[in-house]
Amino acid sequence: MGNPVFDITGLRFGFGSHTVVNGLDLKIEPGHFYGIVGPNGCGKSTLLMLMMGYYQATEGHILFDGREISKYSRRHLARKMALVPQDFTINFDFSVRDIVMMGRYPYLPRFATPSREEVEKGGAIMSEMGIATLGGRSVLALSGGEKQRVVFARALAQDTPVLLLDEATSNMDIHHTLHTLDRVTQRVLAGRTAIGVFHDLNLAAMYCDRMVFMAKGRILTRGETSEVFCEDMIEKTFRVRGRVIAHPFAAGKQVVFQKQSML
Amino acid sequence: MVDFVRGASHRRRGVFIFLALSLSLVLVILLSTGMGYIRIAPLTVLKVVFSKLSGNKQMLKGLDRIFPYVIWDIRLPRILTAAIVGCGLSISGVVFQGILLNPLADPYTLGISAGAAFGASIALLMEIPLLGAYSVPIFAFIGSLFTLLFVLSISSFEGRIASNNLILSGIIVATVLSAGISFIKYVADEQVSVIVFWLLGSFNSRTWIDVFLTFVIVVSGGLFCFYFSRDLNAMALGDRIAMSLGVHANRIRVALLVAASLIASVCVAVSGIIGFVGLVIPHLMRFMVGPDNRILIPTSALLGGSMLLIADTVTRAVLPHEIPIGVLTAIIGGPVFCYVFRRQRRVMIHG
Repeated sequence: MGNPVFDITGLRFGFGSHTVVNGLDLKIEPGHFYGIVGPNGCGKSTLLMLMMGYYQATEGHILFDGREISKYSRRHLARKMALVPQDFTINFDFSVRDIVMMGRYPYLPRFATPSREEVEKGGAIMSEMGIATLGGRSVLALSGGEKQRVVFARALAQDTPVLLLDEATSNMDIHHTLHTLDRVTQRVLAGRTAIGVFHDLNLAAMYCDRMVFMAKGRILTRGETSEVFCEDMIEKTFRVRGRVIAHPFAAGKQVVFQKQSML
Repeated sequence: MVDFVRGASHRRRGVFIFLALSLSLVLVILLSTGMGYIRIAPLTVLKVVFSKLSGNKQMLKGLDRIFPYVIWDIRLPRILTAAIVGCGLSISGVVFQGILLNPLADPYTLGISAGAAFGASIALLMEIPLLGAYSVPIFAFIGSLFTLLFVLSISSFEGRIASNNLILSGIIVATVLSAGISFIKYVADEQVSVIVFWLLGSFNSRTWIDVFLTFVIVVSGGLFCFYFSRDLNAMALGDRIAMSLGVHANRIRVALLVAASLIASVCVAVSGIIGFVGLVIPHLMRFMVGPDNRILIPTSALLGGSMLLIADTVTRAVLPHEIPIGVLTAIIGGPVFCYVFRRQRRVMIHG
């Protein structure tokens, strides 16, 4: 499947003396939905931030499309990858449409009025994300889940080959979570690449065809979800016992857990 | 309905408001120049200005010989300084609010006013003769720059400057400096009234040098901020999203911080501490044209220029006694701010 989108080797990073990513190698190939899972503080989100060039690696290399990530201009990267963070705060009353149209910033000159075509593109994404009726509303008046959908729509409007999702559906209800991840899958099937950090193992197992298990700044294992998503791996990573079962209505697997106190 | 007011029509409305505000600023300058102890008709004002600009003495025929002096040497420097300082404080206010992600921030949040006041107090206390009349503004300017550098250095960690750290550091530094100012006042004896008067702000007896100084810094700094105004929009969503949108949030924050601080510093240096302009004008404008900084920065500048000039004209030419401009802006600005703030929140809640 072509050259890797990301080729990460010997990656190390920390805040001060606290090491967060500790010697990590990872290849991301195009056309897949990668799910990164691991316990809190294992460096998943930091890894995403390193991949988008938000942090600079202390050691090692992150090659994006075959070139060191730090060599690209921000604007170039903004046309190549879009990030949906776990949460964000906003204190100014931009409208939902304003925010979604910000996804077009990397393509437009600073003071340009978006063309009709651009506005339609934004409108289509808003309908796709089910926020078309919110268009003129102030984001300040939205609920957490609605805000997250707006920020998600902004990322989709960026129309990038790579999507970085950091717990990107954590505030959404189940309906919108599934709907949103369906939209991502649709893009992955069309050849784009998505890399998501997940806390919900079942969501990851359902949507991601590849998974990366992380702990303590390192990768424990990675591979096809059908192979790596197993009881032993889950226990090793999270120190919980569960049973992996076949998904009742689709190919793939799910996990159910025992209460900890019963162990 | 809401949909109609916001969104795409925003920009057209912004351009219209920009033109209307430009026109009103010119009118306010013209009217203000005619007002005062000696009343001068607007047409006469225009004649004098054009004759001064073109060097054509013919136009002054039949006019009182004192008019050109009053208009050109006394009133216009003060009026233009007030207008430019109003522009500067408003631009600086928009940018500070944008960078600090806090609509309640203003040009003085980082302690620039306290630094300037401290510098000015020292100059007034020591009566430094070295630089003549300019020792106070120069000391004020240096004081505010040192404050800015200090606040930046104590709020940056690992090369990143978080908005909350900036606000906290600003408050801490401003508090310490205020104590320093109090101490200077305490030891100043008869100089204390001079210090107090300077702190309250005034445009009295400004010269063309003040006009040029503020003009150069406010216009160049303002254009710099305007150039990055779209980046400021993206930064409203936080650094991560801004980075993802191609905006080097961390670098641009520092650059804009320095530009907005320079503007605020020069304003404080020439006029003393004039509060509320940098807080209220951006709010008022955001309420009218929305939060897009590309529209907000230029329109706030114009409105701020008009408003501060009107306030200065009121204290100079309307009130029986001149009251300090800083007091006047606070008396007017406070209630206006409360009103705008309440309305904004209501609109937000009810969509």
